[in-house]
Amino acid sequence: MNQLVKMAIRDLGRNRRRSFFSSLALGLGLALMITMAAVIKGEMSGAMDTTIRLQSGHLQIRAKSYEESKTSLKWEDLVENPVEIADQIASLDPVLAASPRLFASGIVSVRDKSTGVRIFGIDPLSEVNAPYRIGLIEGSFVNADDREGVLIGQPLAEKLGVKVGEQINLSINTSDGDVNEQVFIIRGIYSTRTNAFDSLTVFLPIAKAQTITKTENHASTIFVLLKDKNQTDAVISALQSSRYEVLDWINMNDLIIKTEEMANSYMNLFYLIVLGITATVIVNTLIMSVFERTREIGILSAIGMKSRSIMAMFLAETSLLAIGGIVMGVILGLFAVGYLAKVGIYVGNMGLTMLFGNYIYPELTFADALKTTIFAFIITLLAGIYPAVIASRMEPVQAMRGGK
Amino acid sequence: MEVTKIENVTRIFRVGDVETQALRGVNLSIENGEFTALVGPSGSGKTTLLQLIGCLDQPTSGNVYINGKDVSKLNRNQRADMRRGTIGFIFQFFALIPTLTAYENIEMPLLLVGESASKRKERVTELLEAVELTDRAHHRPDQLSGGQQQRVAIARALATRPSLILADEPTANLDTPNGKQVMETMTRLNRETGVTFVFATHDPRVIQYARRVITLRDGVIIENHSGEAQV
Ligand SMILES: Nc1ncnc2c1ncn2[C@@H]1O[C@H](COP(=O)(O)OP(=O)(O)OP(=O)(O)O)[C@@H](O)[C@H]1O
Ligand SMILES: [Mg+2]
Repeated sequence: MNQLVKMAIRDLGRNRRRSFFSSLALGLGLALMITMAAVIKGEMSGAMDTTIRLQSGHLQIRAKSYEESKTSLKWEDLVENPVEIADQIASLDPVLAASPRLFASGIVSVRDKSTGVRIFGIDPLSEVNAPYRIGLIEGSFVNADDREGVLIGQPLAEKLGVKVGEQINLSINTSDGDVNEQVFIIRGIYSTRTNAFDSLTVFLPIAKAQTITKTENHASTIFVLLKDKNQTDAVISALQSSRYEVLDWINMNDLIIKTEEMANSYMNLFYLIVLGITATVIVNTLIMSVFERTREIGILSAIGMKSRSIMAMFLAETSLLAIGGIVMGVILGLFAVGYLAKVGIYVGNMGLTMLFGNYIYPELTFADALKTTIFAFIITLLAGIYPAVIASRMEPVQAMRGGK
Repeated sequence: MEVTKIENVTRIFRVGDVETQALRGVNLSIENGEFTALVGPSGSGKTTLLQLIGCLDQPTSGNVYINGKDVSKLNRNQRADMRRGTIGFIFQFFALIPTLTAYENIEMPLLLVGESASKRKERVTELLEAVELTDRAHHRPDQLSGGQQQRVAIARALATRPSLILADEPTANLDTPNGKQVMETMTRLNRETGVTFVFATHDPRVIQYARRVITLRDGVIIENHSGEAQV
């Protein structure tokens, strides 16, 4: 009956300020939920993108026995003839670029300071290494035939107190279990704006990395970027081989996916807490309104309005408050997300092994916006049942007794 | 035919350990078309009796019949169904819905019985005319005088053409001229439409409009006097 809605609207209008502030409470709660959802999504997809770009790629081809955590350099753990294989892979249509990489561990020392690093032997000309080249902030990129040049990250340069053109001493593990030591010149300093990566990674041209580690014509992995990551499965099936295994970005970045799942379940709890608070505000408003209107409810009941309709009238009020709150919440939330997505949220070096960028750029998906909005509406409506039931149980005799 | 019949009705209120016998065995029968006053000192049980007749409350013992139907054992919702369309109420405190205009207040019971839009319009217009408030149709209760509010309440009580209208001290909050106008409106509508009115009152100026006066004391009827109205 639309008369009920009309009465609900006018009742809310009777106490405009109170209605507005109850709606606003829900609006602020919802805006917070929307913003948090976008931050988590932005953080996680940012971490995934960064990791794919800097560390895992979309696909990697490795020897079956290769163990990432040990950075093994034994020949049997490496990919043989890597350039040839990389060229073959690069010729596949969905592949953007493929390039060999050699990983080794080492220690950098300058004067009295030294620190553990990982060595990335890369092909400086390959497109897969563009993110590092773009990140160059001082000096120049290494050349493929450079025999004594390295690139180091900005946080490492700061930590060691070194500049472009200065020398560093690098000790690197070799395939036969020895350590080779050599003085290198810093050709350039880069920043990928990802502290966890930059403070640890030193780049060498792959040819030099192979000679110093005694792994000529071998690579730890073939690093592959696709034009579209949804093509992953198609490319994997084209690459099956008996000697090597193909890893994709999903199983290489299991931790990020697990973390996102965990974050999402915590978010649901967070939503419940936020909505619990806003629902309390709204229930409180409605209960006040029910008790103020005891007589009025009694009159409606006396002239024959059914309990069900009285309930419906209060639920209509709750719905209106909820809709008002949702409209405010969505607007506020969009503004907050829009602003933060523009300026980014600085998180700096969180000292995590996961590659979060230094900034989080919130990312609001339609699904998240819809989910939080529906969640907010349902919880508010459920909360509204209680005052509505109180109203519907009021006795009509109240109408006859008692003053105004 | 009788609109309502009351047999051996008692109503006991319990508040904590205190028991109040508001009605102690009342027998009463009211015929169609009556214009009857319920009088008696404060606390004698007038409101309690009106509530039982009006299906707002249930007797502790005894039976209440409305149009021949026993309503004393009905549950909440059945009583709401019984009230709707059969019984109209006029309360001491006017009791209009403050957010609705005079027009909408009168329309409310019609909406509750599911009357069509055109029928509602026709009926509300007719009633506004009957209580001489056509020009106040779109005023809210707080924009009306007490007497005007009570006339809206009368119109609302009449809206669904109920068989019985119960009024609890309808003039208690009105000054003499307004009280007089309300009583005259009720008398006229009783005469014109034949609807039964039962009203509780203390006011001798109101009692004189009644054609029958029932006097209560301590929850029992002590006098039941029929005659001609004195005005
Ligand atoms: N809900 C209740 N709970 C407890 N006692 C009640 C209740 N309603 C009425 N009573 C008691 O029942 C008795 C009759 O009350 P009732 O209101 O019917 O009297 P009344 O004749 O209408 O009085 P008045 O002229 O003052 O309106 C009183 O003693 C009153 O205190
Ligand atoms: Mg009374």
